[in-house]
Amino acid sequence: MAINLLRDTGVPLEQQRFTWHDLVQAPYSKLMDDAFTRVRVILMNGIESEALRFGHACARMNAPLQRALADVRRVEQHQQTMVNWLNPADQSPLETTIGFEQVAIEVTASVAEKEPDPYLAQVYRFGLLEDFDHLYRYSALMDRLQGKDANTLVQSYSDIVPGRPTALEHRDPLDDLRKPYDRGRAAPLTKLHALTIMAGEHQTHDYYMTIGPMFADPVARQLYAEIASIEEQHVTQYESIIDPSETWLEKWLLHEAGEVYNYWSCVESEGNPRIRAIWERFLDYELGHVRFVARLFEETERRDAAEVLPERLPEPIRYESHRDFVRETLRREVTLSAAGTEFVDREQESEATRVYREQMNSEGSPSETVAAGYVWRSGTELTDPVKRVTAASPSAKRRAA
Amino acid sequence: MRQSPQQGNNRTGIVASGRLGEEMVAATEEFPPSSPGTAQAIAEVRIADAQNGESLGETPPPGSLVDKAKAAVTAVTGGQPTLLMDKLGERLAFEHAGARLYEALLSKHRAYGTFSGGPGAEDLLRILTEEYEHADLLERAIKELGGDPTTVTPSANLAANISAGLPQVLTDPRTNLLQSLEAIIIAELADNECWTALAELVQQAGHQELVEECREAIAHERDHLRQVRLWIASGQGRTTRDDSGAEISEGADGDEFTFAEDGPVDREGYVVSEEDRAETREAAGSPQAGKSGKGRPEAT
Repeated sequence: MAINLLRDTGVPLEQQRFTWHDLVQAPYSKLMDDAFTRVRVILMNGIESEALRFGHACARMNAPLQRALADVRRVEQHQQTMVNWLNPADQSPLETTIGFEQVAIEVTASVAEKEPDPYLAQVYRFGLLEDFDHLYRYSALMDRLQGKDANTLVQSYSDIVPGRPTALEHRDPLDDLRKPYDRGRAAPLTKLHALTIMAGEHQTHDYYMTIGPMFADPVARQLYAEIASIEEQHVTQYESIIDPSETWLEKWLLHEAGEVYNYWSCVESEGNPRIRAIWERFLDYELGHVRFVARLFEETERRDAAEVLPERLPEPIRYESHRDFVRETLRREVTLSAAGTEFVDREQESEATRVYREQMNSEGSPSETVAAGYVWRSGTELTDPVKRVTAASPSAKRRAA
Repeated sequence: MRQSPQQGNNRTGIVASGRLGEEMVAATEEFPPSSPGTAQAIAEVRIADAQNGESLGETPPPGSLVDKAKAAVTAVTGGQPTLLMDKLGERLAFEHAGARLYEALLSKHRAYGTFSGGPGAEDLLRILTEEYEHADLLERAIKELGGDPTTVTPSANLAANISAGLPQVLTDPRTNLLQSLEAIIIAELADNECWTALAELVQQAGHQELVEECREAIAHERDHLRQVRLWIASGQGRTTRDDSGAEISEGADGDEFTFAEDGPVDREGYVVSEEDRAETREAAGSPQAGKSGKGRPEAT
C-alpha cells in the first residue's frame, strides 16, 4: 500500500469517533497469535503514549495551540486505549514485560540496520545490546519465580542470552547524552526512527515503574527498579538525538508522520486480519491528523509541510527476527560504553560513571542475582536436573553417594 | 518467629474510623446512584462479550510437533486425545510452577525456621523432589504421545492464571511459613483434583503404563496434601483428630484426600444436605458410607 504523506487525506479529524464498547475490542491470543502481533501492539501503545505526552508538553508551552492539541489528543487517547487493551488479561505483567523487551530488541535492530546516519546507527546498536540483556534477566526471573519459559512468548525469534550485562549499564547522566541529528540535513527516515525508538523506550520505562511494585518477590521488585533506571537512561539517550531546534509545530507534524509510518509498518506485516483492520483504521486516522497539523503548520509558520515531510514513506519497520544482526553486534560491541556523546571501550569510561555504578551496585546487583548461572533452556531450567535446588541438598548428595 | 497475627492498629474496618465512618453512610443517603439496577448489569455485559466466539487458545494436534524419527511416538487414539494433551500440558506447567513454590517455601523455612508440628527442611525437599519427578514423568509422557512439552496448552494457561496469587504470597518477605503453607495447600488441593482427572483421561486413552505412573503421582500428592494439612493444623494449634472423619483425617484406608466424609460437601464438591447424607448411609448400611471413595478411579 503506497502512502503519500503530503496528499492522502485519511479520515478527517471530526469523523474520528469511538464508543466505550468499540474501545475495548477482543484481545489478541497469547497462545495463538504470532509474537510480532504482541510486539506491534506494545510498540503502538508506546507510540500513542508519546503522542499524548508530547501533546501535553506542547500545550503547556503554546497557549494558541491548546485547542487544536486537545482535539487531536482526545482521539490519540482513545487510539491508545484501543491498542493497549488488545493485550489479553491472561498475559501477566511479567509476560508483557517479555514482550516489551522483544520490542526493544527486534524493532531497534530493524531501525539500526536501516538507519542512514552511521553515528545514530551506533546509538541504536548500543541501546539494543542493553535491552537484549534485559530479556535474558526477565526470562530468568520468569523461570525462577513462576516456573515458566519465556520462549513461549518470544516464539524463538529472539535469543535469550546475556547482552551487555545490566549491572554494567549504569552510567553517569552526562554519559547518556548523545549528539542530535541536524533537522535541516537529516533524512526523513532518521527522524522517524528517533521518534519511534524514543516513544517505545519511554513507554517501557513507564510500564516498569507502574508494575514493578506489584511483585512480591524482593528480587523481582529490585530487578524492575534496576531496569527501569536503565530505561530512564535510554529515554535520556534517545530524546537527545532529536534536534531540539525543531519548532513545536514541526515536532508535532513529525510525531503525526511517525504515527502514520508506524501504523503503516503494522499494516504491512500484520497476519491477524482482525488486528490488521485496527491498524488500517488508525492509519487513516493518522493521515487525517497529518492533514490537520500540516494545515496548522503552514498557516502558523508560513512554511510548506513538504519542508518537513517526505512525500513517500521510507521502507517499513521489519517485524521479523534479527538474530544474525543482533549476534554480530553482540560479538563486536558488547564491551562498548559511552563517555559523553562518544562510544568508547569500557576501560575509557568516565570517572563519574565508575563512581555512580559502584555506588548503585554496592549493596548487590539484582540483575546478577536473578540470573546467577542462568542458562535459558526450552521448557525452563527445571528440565535440567543439575540446575534443581535439590541437586545441592544434603539428601540429594547422600542419595548420589 | 510468630506464626499467628498479633493485635495492632488495623485501620481497614469502618468501626476503626469512628465518626468518619458514620459520615460515609450518611453520604450514600443524600446522594443516590445515577443509574438504576443491580450488579446484574455487569453480568449482562459479561454474557454479551462471552458470546463473541473468542477462546483462550487451542492445543496443537498430537504428533505434529516432534520429529517422529527421533522419538518413539505413540499416537493418542483412544479417549479424547486433544483434551488429554491439554491436560498433560496443564499438569506439567503446574508441576514446574509448584516446584518454584516449594523452592520459595524452603526460603521461608530458612528465614523463619519451623514451628512445633511444622515441616522440617527435609520434608519440604522430599516434596520438592517429587514435584520435579512428576514434571519429568509428564514431559516424558507428552513426548512419547507425540506432543511438545514446551507448549503452553489452554489448560496450562488457565491453571497458571488460577494460581497466579500463590507465588505472590510465597515470595513476599512479609509472609511467614504458616501463611505460606496456606498458599501451598491451594496448590496441593488442585494437584490432587487434577491428577485424578488426568489419570481417568489416560485410562480412557488406553495408556496403561502411564495410568500406573499417574497413580504413583496421585499417591504422592495425597501424601503432600495430608502433610500440609497437618502442618497448618499444628501451626494454628488445632487438634488433629484422626478417627472421627474430621477434616484433616487421612482415613483408615489411606484413601481420603480432599473432603471429609461427614463434611458439608461430597467428593465432587457439591453441597450435601443432612437428609441426603442420611439416605446415603442408609443405602450403604453403614454410618461411614462413601468412605472408600466411590465415584473416582482406584488410585492406590
